[in-house]
Amino acid sequence: MAQPLIETKALKKYFKSPSGSLHAVDGVSLKIDKGQTLGIVGESGCGKSTLGRVIIRLLEATAGEVLFEGKNILKYNRNQMRNMRKEMQIIFQDPYASLNPRMTLSEIIAEPIKVNKLLKNRAEIEKRVTKLMDTVGLAQRLINSYPHELDGGRKQRIGIARALAVEPKFIVCDEPVSALDVSIQAQILNLMMDLQEEMGLTYMFITHDLSVVKHISDEIAVMYLGQCVEKAPSDQLFQNPLHPYTKALLSSIPLPSLKNKGNKRDIIKGEVTSPINPPPGCRFAPRCPHATEECMVRDIELIKAGDEHFAACRLYGRGFDAE
Amino acid sequence: MAEKTKKKSFYIAVWKRLKKNKLAMIGLSILIIMLTIAVFADIIADYDTLAIKQNINIRLEGVSKEHWFGTDSYGRDIFARIVHGSRISLIIGIFAVSIPLVIGGLIGAIAGYFGGLLDNILMRLMDMLLAIPAILLAIAIVAALGPGMINLLIALSIAGIPGYARIVKSSVITIKDLEFVEAAEAIGAGTTRILIRHILPNILGPVIVQATLGIASTIINAAALSFIGLGIQPPKPEWGSMLSEGREYIRQAPHLITFTGIAIVLTVLSLNLIGDGLRDALDPRLKD
Amino acid sequence: MSQTLLNIKNLYVNYETDEETVRALNGVNLKLNKGEMLGLVGETGAGKTTTALSILKLLPKDIGIITNGQIEFDGKDLTKLKEAELRNIRGERISMIFQDPMTSLNPVLTVGEQIAEVIELHKTLDKKQIESKVNEMLELVGIPAKRKKEFPHQFSGGMKQRVIIAMALSCDPELLIADEPTTALDVTIQAQVLNMMEELKHKLNTAMLLITHDLGVVAQICDKVAIMYAGEIIESGTAEDIFEAKEHHPYTVGLFGSIPNLIEKTNRLKPILGLMPDPTDLPQGCKFHPRCPQCMEICRKVHPDDRQTETHTIKCHLYK
Repeated sequence: MAQPLIETKALKKYFKSPSGSLHAVDGVSLKIDKGQTLGIVGESGCGKSTLGRVIIRLLEATAGEVLFEGKNILKYNRNQMRNMRKEMQIIFQDPYASLNPRMTLSEIIAEPIKVNKLLKNRAEIEKRVTKLMDTVGLAQRLINSYPHELDGGRKQRIGIARALAVEPKFIVCDEPVSALDVSIQAQILNLMMDLQEEMGLTYMFITHDLSVVKHISDEIAVMYLGQCVEKAPSDQLFQNPLHPYTKALLSSIPLPSLKNKGNKRDIIKGEVTSPINPPPGCRFAPRCPHATEECMVRDIELIKAGDEHFAACRLYGRGFDAE
Repeated sequence: MAEKTKKKSFYIAVWKRLKKNKLAMIGLSILIIMLTIAVFADIIADYDTLAIKQNINIRLEGVSKEHWFGTDSYGRDIFARIVHGSRISLIIGIFAVSIPLVIGGLIGAIAGYFGGLLDNILMRLMDMLLAIPAILLAIAIVAALGPGMINLLIALSIAGIPGYARIVKSSVITIKDLEFVEAAEAIGAGTTRILIRHILPNILGPVIVQATLGIASTIINAAALSFIGLGIQPPKPEWGSMLSEGREYIRQAPHLITFTGIAIVLTVLSLNLIGDGLRDALDPRLKD
Repeated sequence: MSQTLLNIKNLYVNYETDEETVRALNGVNLKLNKGEMLGLVGETGAGKTTTALSILKLLPKDIGIITNGQIEFDGKDLTKLKEAELRNIRGERISMIFQDPMTSLNPVLTVGEQIAEVIELHKTLDKKQIESKVNEMLELVGIPAKRKKEFPHQFSGGMKQRVIIAMALSCDPELLIADEPTTALDVTIQAQVLNMMEELKHKLNTAMLLITHDLGVVAQICDKVAIMYAGEIIESGTAEDIFEAKEHHPYTVGLFGSIPNLIEKTNRLKPILGLMPDPTDLPQGCKFHPRCPQCMEICRKVHPDDRQTETHTIKCHLYK
C-alpha cells in the first residue's frame, strides 16, 4: 500500500482552563492518501478546528505524532518547519477575519511568495499573482481592491489563492464555505474540486455541514468531543452509519424535500457534555440510547466494522474485550 | 527593491486620502506655519534684544505696534518669546512623545504578542511606573539628573512609556487572535514580519490619536516642571513657564496668558486634527 | 376557507442615506393565513429581514422608509397606525425572535424574570397568575419550570433559543416572526428546536413567518413557502408547489442546484453564476436576468408579472 501523505497517530491537544484540562483533541489517528479528501464532521466544540491547526502546527500538540510523507513533523525545528509551510496550507472559515484589512488583494496573494522568497523579481511576482487570480476566478480589475470592498465569495477566493501561492501538497480547509450563501457556496465548492483535480491537492475538509462534506469527501471522519467516533468512505457512512452519534447526526439534517415530512426522526436528547476533564468511557454515552453501565466506565477505540469502516462503539466488533 | 516601491505606493495612497480630509489639511497648515516660525525664529525676532533682555520701563504693556502681543512682567516682548519658545516647546512636545511611543510601543507589542511570563514581567514593570503619578516621576528623575533640556526630555519620556505600552498591548491582543495573523503564521512569516507588516498597521489608529493628545499634555507637563524650577531654566522662553508666569498677572495683564494660551491651543488643535485625519487615512476601510 | 391574518400588498422599502438609496423591497406581496407557517427563503441581501422589520415598523429610523404599499394585519393597515397603537400590537399580537440567542437575553436577570416582564407589560395579571404563566411557558418549550431561577449564562445555545421562543409566545401572539431561529445552532440541537416548533404549531394557533436561507428547515416545518430575490417574491406557493411541482422560477432551480444532494451522488454542483445585483443599482427588466441561464430578450426590458395558478405563483416570463 502506498504511503499516506498525512497520518496522525494518537494525536492529543489539551488546553489549560481555569476549571481543569480541556481535552480538545483526544487521541485521533487518521490517514489521508495523496489526492484524496478527508472530511471531518462534528458539531461546535468537538475539536475539529483544533485538530486541523495541530496537524499543520499552528498549535502545538500535547502528545502524538503527525507524519507528513512518513516523517514526524512535530519533531521539526523552526527552520525545518518554515520549509514545511510551503507543503501545507490552510483556508479559513471567516473570509473577512482571515484577510488583513490593511492590505490589497495583490499584496495578500503576494505575501506568501515574498515570505518564502519563492520569487525575487517584482515583475515575476506580479505575473504569478495575476496567474493565481485567474486560477481562482478573480477579475484582474480587482487587483488593488481591499478585502472590505469585496463580497464573501470573492474574499474566500483570495484566501484560496493565498493558500495556493506556495504550491502546497496538502490544504486544511476549515469550514471554508460555512459563511457563504448557498449559491456562492456551490461556486466555491466547485472551484475547490476543480483545483484538486488539476493540481492533485490533498484536502482535509472540516465542516459541520453534512451535505457539503458528503459532496466533497472521499472519506469521512465523525468527531465527538475530541475523539473520532466513526470513519468510513463517504458513501458507506451515509448509507450505513454505525455509531449512534452518526445516526443521530444524519437523521437531524433537515432535507430540502417533502419525502420525510411528518416522519418521526431519531433525535438525540440532551447536549454535548463538557470537554473539561472528561470522565472515562465513551464520550457519547450520556446521550446514547444504547448506553450500558459499561459504556460509562471503559474507554473505547475505533474498531474495524467493515472493509474500510471503523466505529468506536461496543455495538460493533469485539468491543470491550479488546484488552 | 520591490518592497520599496510597494511601500511608497502605500504612503502615496495614504497621502491621497489625507488630502481629501479638509480638517486634517487645516491642521497640517497650522503645524507647518508653527514649524516654519520655529525654524526661522532668529530672523523673525531677535533673541537677545527682544526675548531675553529685560526692560523694566515697558513692563506689562498691552498690544502695540512695537510689541504685537504686548510685553511681560520683565518688559520682554511676548511675540518674540512665543516665537523662540516654539522651538523648545515643539521639540519637547514631539520628542517626549515619539521616544516613549517607540519604546513603550515595542514593550507593549512584545508583551501582547508573546504573552505568558514575559508579558507578566514587562507589564508589572509598567504598572510600577504607572503607580507613580507621571509628573511626580518626572520630578524625581529631573531632581536626580539635574535640570536641563536633555534631562527634561528623558524624564518626560520615561514617564510616558507605560501609557503607550498599555494601549499598544491591548490593541495587539485583540488583533493577534484574528485569523489573518494565523494565516500569516501558516504561510511561514516570522515573528518580526507578523508584528510589523500584519499587526502594526492595524493598531496605528488608536495609537496615533493617543500620541497627538499626548503631545498636548507633555507640553503642559514640561510647563509644570519649569514652574517648579526643574525644567527649562529662565530666562529661556518656554510656553509652559510663560503661562505660569502670566498667571500672576491674569487680572492686570490678561494678554500675557492669552497669546501664549492661543499658541498652545493652536499647536494641540493642529496635531489633533492631523491625528484624526491620519487615523482615517491609514484605514482603507473608511475610504469613500 | 381560512382567514387571512397578514396581507402585504405591493410593499416598497428604501434605505436612504446621504450617499445612496438602497432599494431593499421592490413590490412584495405576501399573504399569511391564521395558524399557518410560512417560510420566507432567500440569500443575504434578498430583503427577508427588511420585510420582517417593516411589519413591526422597526426599520432604522429616518433611513428605512416605506415608500409604497400596505401591510394589513387582521384588516388594519399597519403602515398607517400611530406609534402608540403599534406598541400595543408589538409583542402582544405580533412578536419576533432574532437569530442570535446569545445577545437577545439580558445577562443580569433570571430567565423567569425576563419572561415575567413580557407578560407584565402586556397583560393585567396578579403575581400568582404571572408565576404560573411563566412555568407554563417554560414547560411548553421543554424546559423544566424549576430552571426559571437560573441566569442566561447557565443555559446552552439551544436552551437560550427555547427561552426566547417562550418569551415570544408568552402573550399568545397571533403572529410570530422568527428570523433565522436555528441558524446559530448545531444540527442535533436544531433538530430538537424544530421538532419543538412543530409541536407548538399543533398546540397553539399561532401563525408563523419563518425567515431562513435553509430550504431544508422550510421543508421540515412550513406549510407555505415564498422565495425572495432582490427585494421581490419571485415564487411562492404551498410546500408541495415549491418542492414537488415541475415548473419553477430559474432562481429557485438554481437554489436547489446549489445544495449538495445527500441522497444521490453528484460530481459537480450546478450553482447560479454571478452575484446578487447591487441594490443601489438594480438591473432593468427582470432583476434575475443577468444571472439567468434561460434569459430571453424580453427579460432584459420588461419586468415580469406574477403568473398565478391555484396556489402557485411565479414571477417569470417563461410562464404565461
